[in-house]
Amino acid sequence: MRRSPALAVGGLILAIVLVLGVAAPWIVPYPTTEQHMLERLKPPGARFVLGTDQYGRDLLSRTLVGTRPALLLGLGAVALGLTVGVPIGLLAGYAGGRLDDVVMRVVDAMLAFPSLLLALLIITALGASTGHALLAIGVANAPGVARIVRSATLSLREAEFVLAARARGERHLYVMFGEIFPNVLAPVVVEATLRVGFAIVAGASLSFLGLGVQPPTADWGLMIREARQYVFVSPWPLLAPGTALAITIVAFNLFGDGLRDRLGAA
Amino acid sequence: MARYALRRLPSIALILLLVSAIVFVAIHVLPGNAATLILGEYATPEALRTLEREMGLDRPLVVQYASWIGSVVTGDWGVSLAMKQPVATVVGYRLRNSAFLAAAALAVVIVVGIPLGTLAALRRGQPLDLAIVTATYVGISIPEFVTGLLLLLVLAGPTLHWLPTSGYTELASGVAAWARHLVLPALTLTIVLLAHVVRQTRSGMADVLTAPYIRTARLKGASTRRVVLRHALRNGLLPTITVLALDLGYLMGGIVVVEEVFAYPGLGRLIVYAVQNRDVPLLQMCALVVASVYVLANFAADLAYAWFDPRIRYS
Repeated sequence: MRRSPALAVGGLILAIVLVLGVAAPWIVPYPTTEQHMLERLKPPGARFVLGTDQYGRDLLSRTLVGTRPALLLGLGAVALGLTVGVPIGLLAGYAGGRLDDVVMRVVDAMLAFPSLLLALLIITALGASTGHALLAIGVANAPGVARIVRSATLSLREAEFVLAARARGERHLYVMFGEIFPNVLAPVVVEATLRVGFAIVAGASLSFLGLGVQPPTADWGLMIREARQYVFVSPWPLLAPGTALAITIVAFNLFGDGLRDRLGAA
Repeated sequence: MARYALRRLPSIALILLLVSAIVFVAIHVLPGNAATLILGEYATPEALRTLEREMGLDRPLVVQYASWIGSVVTGDWGVSLAMKQPVATVVGYRLRNSAFLAAAALAVVIVVGIPLGTLAALRRGQPLDLAIVTATYVGISIPEFVTGLLLLLVLAGPTLHWLPTSGYTELASGVAAWARHLVLPALTLTIVLLAHVVRQTRSGMADVLTAPYIRTARLKGASTRRVVLRHALRNGLLPTITVLALDLGYLMGGIVVVEEVFAYPGLGRLIVYAVQNRDVPLLQMCALVVASVYVLANFAADLAYAWFDPRIRYS
């Protein structure tokens, strides 16, 4: 085990983002929807540390509170993706044979869709909202998770501890979740961490397209959508949430890559 | 080679069939069928049932799917609900525009990314390598709509104003104007793709450069240039081919956001339009085209891989 700067740096930034996200409503200088109509599109200054948007809303407050929908969506969607993908991957890898073939064909076909497109198909059927965005991105994550879990499971199928469990007559369900699952946890954790970053981007993309979080909620993707029109008047409504988004994603990627090195998972 | 391609064909056909089934299921099994979308939430049950019968929505799903696939294959892609135009015409035009965009981005990525990745591999652990790796890391991490708007701010802003902020000009009305509209969206896509290709080329080349046959080549006195160009690239680039194919998949997703940022009339923007207007006939063909392009690109990558590495053909 070597010391990993990526893990430490990523972890530290993530901890800060997490704390800020949780504490945001209590530490922000202004309510996120409070409009100061005489101070629209102001650059950073003493009163508004990061400036204001087109309605004179405080960008620092909105960016801080915007951490919450981003983290909620990223973590929620990946949790959903794991809930659906892990059992499918375990089952396909453990059962093998015909079942594995069929399941993996379907998974491969689903992976042929860019995950944003898969999410868009689901949004079309359900309508645009924060909850639907989470659901759509979660489902779009499931096939990728299933593929990772399946290949890890496949390599353990004939392992001695698995054969031993079966020989002592354990039920298949127990062998899958009690014996195999703990041993595929490392690659799953790495994969999940990296996926949170992508899920946050996907969620922000949906908001940016007007198909996710709806106004006037403080959300980074939505803030950038609204900033676009005024970008030549004032770049701050773009820069504040854009930087927050980039820092958060870099942190998740660093942390995930660091974990991968540390855990030695593929 | 031809035999290898033929052997792969059935599984490609099967994947394409599954892809179409997924599009169909995603759109038709979820609540709110096309009739409801057309008539709105407040339609009377009788009106809904009549329209459903006219559209054939009261038939079993399998029958509906089979008839849909039948008409897709015979070229009847239906009519867009929101645009009132044949889907095939609209999708064809938009697909061509997106292809321009993707080709421009891929060309830049290959020309810039492979040399940059090779350079990083040759200078491994040195400041230049570190700079390249860090830059690509940041490039991957910033979402394309942020990158795009930043590029817009700098290159199309009032101070420089080198490029148009958005839109499109037909190729027929002048190559220069057409190309100027292509630069910003293509550049945005390039930044993310470049990161993938540089990282893959770097690690592929780094592996190969430590191989014994490369040491032999060096020992017999070949120049670094010759070692890289004649010996290392052929093997080191194999994984990059796969990454390029996967990137085509990314491009198909990335264009959705990037085309929206720059109001570029390609397939991606058409998808957003179809979703916003809940235009089911349009959306399902867009989705099918995007996924099919991705599957075929991967097939092409497999063929290229087999071409460069004969072992694959005979396994």
